[in-house]
Amino acid sequence: MIKRYMPILAFFVLSAFLAIGLTLKPKEVPSPLINKPAPALSLPQLFDTNKVVHTADMQGKVWLLNVWASWCRACRAEHSLLNRFSKERQTPIVGLNYKDSLFQAKKWLKQLGNPYSIIAFDNKGNAGINWGVYGVPETFVIDKKGTIRYKQIGPMDDSALQNIILPLIQQLENES
Amino acid sequence: MSRLFATIILLTNIYLNSAWAAIESHSFPSITQEKTYHELVEELRCLVCQNQNLSASNSGLAKDLRQQTYNMVLAGKSKQQITQYMTERYGDFVLYNPPVKQSTLILWVGPFIILLIAGIVLLFNLKKSKQLLNTPIAPNEDQSE
Repeated sequence: MIKRYMPILAFFVLSAFLAIGLTLKPKEVPSPLINKPAPALSLPQLFDTNKVVHTADMQGKVWLLNVWASWCRACRAEHSLLNRFSKERQTPIVGLNYKDSLFQAKKWLKQLGNPYSIIAFDNKGNAGINWGVYGVPETFVIDKKGTIRYKQIGPMDDSALQNIILPLIQQLENES
Repeated sequence: MSRLFATIILLTNIYLNSAWAAIESHSFPSITQEKTYHELVEELRCLVCQNQNLSASNSGLAKDLRQQTYNMVLAGKSKQQITQYMTERYGDFVLYNPPVKQSTLILWVGPFIILLIAGIVLLFNLKKSKQLLNTPIAPNEDQSE
């Protein structure tokens, strides 16, 4: 009797596993840097390579680090959202220009607008390795003490912004 | 027909060549360092093309991580130090040989549990077939006595 229902039972068990599998996002690898101090950044500024961007300067502020490049198509999709964010919010966005050329990056910003309060130029991608960057764009939320609290892998969309990032920024602003 | 065949062979060659091209030529001062490097790029996983290790992947990130591995090997870092450097940044995911932890336990124990279940089912079935062998197939044919 049980034997007769075995195939159909097996089918449902398999379906259940496959259904769970469909909801997982294997491309989003959880970052070990969450709740760890943000790696120190000391890179030339995109608009003035003689000047240096230090992450230490951001101490005491809640800020975002957005990794982008002019060759990255998904960054283009995200850019209007960043522009809107920088107009409406006080939270500074530090840009990490990842493995790009100065010329292309500046051209891109001229065309699409510049939402960043400052941009670090990571030509070789070394800072990218230190931050565990593997897919551009990525956005990190860093608290007042300089601890990474969240990482958005891939472009930010409205739902990620409204449901995760804005409430988190609100919460971090209230922390001392 | 033969032209088609030749085209296929040519294309396969191009494909294979591009696959091999992923490895840059590096020179090492010692054989142990060279061995460490090759072991590492085999064991470290590329995060962009997730089913490839660093040595097989052509992605920009894999190239950077190979370079980083090379630099660290040259700087005299041990295999363990380099592995730790990578996991601090990319997590256990970067290892093709993940450590036994609570989160990876099912990965390590799972196959043995399945083997155990299979063994029990096998024993059960063997017992059943043994019983079948011992019972006469058609008792009415057994009329010798």
